[in-house]
Amino acid sequence: MIELGAVLAFPLAGGLVLALVGERRYAPAINVAASLLTFVAAAVLALRVFEHGPLLAVERQFFVDSFNVFLVALTAFVGFTTAVFSRPYMRIEQEHGRLSPARLRLYHAMYQLFNFTMLLALLTNNVGILWVALEGATLTTVLLVSLYRTPASLEAAWKYFILCGVGIAQALFGTILLFFAAEKLLGAEGGALLWTELDRVKAQLEPTVLSIAFVFLLVGYGTKVGLVPLHNWLPDAHAEGPTPVSAVLSGLLLNVALYAVVRCKVLVEGAVPTMFAKSLLMGFGLASVVVAAFLLSRQKDVKRLFAYSSIEHMGIITFAFGMGGAIANFAGLLHMTVHSLTKSAIFFAVGHAAQKAGTQSIDQIRGLVTQSPMIGWGLALGTLAILGMPPFGVFASEFLILTTAMREQPWATPFLLAALGIAFAAVFSRVQPMVFGETTVRRLPHRPAMMPVFVHLALVLVLGLWIPPALAAWYREAARLIG
Amino acid sequence: MAGLPLYAQLINLLAAILLLLAFAMLAQRRVLSLIDLFAAQGVALTASTAIVAWGTGQTHLWFSAALTLVLKVFVLPWILYRLIRRLDVRWDVEGMVNIPTTMLIGIVLVVFSFNLAYPISQLASTVTRSTLGIAIACVMLSFLMMITRRKAIPQVIGFLSMENGLFFAATSATYGMPMVVELGIALDVLVGMVILGVFFFQIREQFDSLDLKHLEKLKEPE
Repeated sequence: MIELGAVLAFPLAGGLVLALVGERRYAPAINVAASLLTFVAAAVLALRVFEHGPLLAVERQFFVDSFNVFLVALTAFVGFTTAVFSRPYMRIEQEHGRLSPARLRLYHAMYQLFNFTMLLALLTNNVGILWVALEGATLTTVLLVSLYRTPASLEAAWKYFILCGVGIAQALFGTILLFFAAEKLLGAEGGALLWTELDRVKAQLEPTVLSIAFVFLLVGYGTKVGLVPLHNWLPDAHAEGPTPVSAVLSGLLLNVALYAVVRCKVLVEGAVPTMFAKSLLMGFGLASVVVAAFLLSRQKDVKRLFAYSSIEHMGIITFAFGMGGAIANFAGLLHMTVHSLTKSAIFFAVGHAAQKAGTQSIDQIRGLVTQSPMIGWGLALGTLAILGMPPFGVFASEFLILTTAMREQPWATPFLLAALGIAFAAVFSRVQPMVFGETTVRRLPHRPAMMPVFVHLALVLVLGLWIPPALAAWYREAARLIG
Repeated sequence: MAGLPLYAQLINLLAAILLLLAFAMLAQRRVLSLIDLFAAQGVALTASTAIVAWGTGQTHLWFSAALTLVLKVFVLPWILYRLIRRLDVRWDVEGMVNIPTTMLIGIVLVVFSFNLAYPISQLASTVTRSTLGIAIACVMLSFLMMITRRKAIPQVIGFLSMENGLFFAATSATYGMPMVVELGIALDVLVGMVILGVFFFQIREQFDSLDLKHLEKLKEPE
């Protein structure tokens, strides 16, 4: 109970404190400290759920089960490492003259509030509050995407705001329909928006209404997941915002939005016993994988390149949840974890690489390894990991998804394999000359923070070789819940 | 309509007014009049929520009616007026599609919305169920308005009026969402508006204009 309160209170308080104290020398330290405390609280909460099972708190308004608890821990962890990374990164940006103190104040306050909205979205039991929190996540990041105030970043932020705003309005309509169907069974007071209550009566919910609701919810939250054809905002927002923001957008926000989709899918599956929800998820997932793979080969900006790779991976996970079943769901959850860790590590490395080269253009970042081996190898290993090379964890989850697809949806396997192959060729051929060869980059005024990169990659490596029994038990339990 | 109680008839009337206002917004070229129309939509929404509250005895709807009145009739139009004064932009709105065509597309959307609403409103137990189609139509028309306008402020008004339509859907189909959710939604709308205000100044500072044609540079490399 108290842990749950702490997970939400630390980022909220951190955000307010950082907004009040403004840009001081110790502001980045407060940012790191708030994130660390959040992570500790999340770890304690995870332990508690591991020992005592699911937790309902505050008049059933908050709910922690094996599906969201590992996402809470993951979100708090990546939130913390990103705060560690952003300390030297933002300092270098300031010395390069791209940011003023007032903007750093905005950045720190919004960063903590963004973490708060994501954790709230994960922990709430109320489907309406889930919507409010996800909209809040959009609002807190809009000003972060436009932090540099360049024409391109303003355009990216505007696109992000309008597309995600319109998208999420569709999700609100879906939520209203869900409430409409549930109210008849549960009564208007209290329980009709609580997920646990909805889950209890899902078999009696009106199938027609739930089908229409799911279409709206999928389109709405799917916009935030970046599913094709609703993905237009994603590459721009990733490329134009500051790198720590790209890392948390890709690593965390997409996961949280997908979490919302999957929670809704569980309810719809209970009410509509056909393949309806599954087929929709598989269709959107596969389209995202294939389209993103082809667009990867046209990218010239390194952050856009990895943003498209995020669309591809979100597609893979959506496809896995669409197939359903114990193994595919397990693999989907594992893939959520390893993608989040790997992609944020890559963005950390890419961020410093772009600072060294003074540009995000792939053609002008060359020979990182000779100038700074840590950044070079971090980027190279991260890229190999995200492309699904063994022994990293991404290989394990993609392998499970592919083998399940061969058995259950054989028609989809050629598309998946081709897309993964194309993505490999596209990304590897671009990153290889960035890492090796004649160098074009210069030294940085501060030591870059490479620790988070290697911690993340080490975790991904461990997950590829051996999944801790506790985590595996969670995944299995969650996979059963998702159905 | 003879069998309906008086309040249900009033709500049907207000629903029709909302739809008319949505069409009027679609046809309106001047940005100041657009804000007036948006405020009028807020008034109609407040009235309909209050009438549902009165007719059905749902006390929490009085609060959402009050919230709607404050937020959508006073605060948001006031922020928009202030923004326009401070930014000194009173230009006419030019759409990308001419007005008669937009209206025709709008009519098609209304027909589509009624078809979509039909199976749902069959299941509703509320007296106001026939208005669900109109609520969906309002959402669709606002969406159309956002697509056809090139300037930033009309797009935002479209966005806000889409939220009006959704709110109307919630009251007409279900007698309103739980209070905590409505408060959260109102907070999001308000914060969103403030952020947009900040954002307008950033756009203006950068481009000397709020025309969104400046914001069409980010494209896929050929």
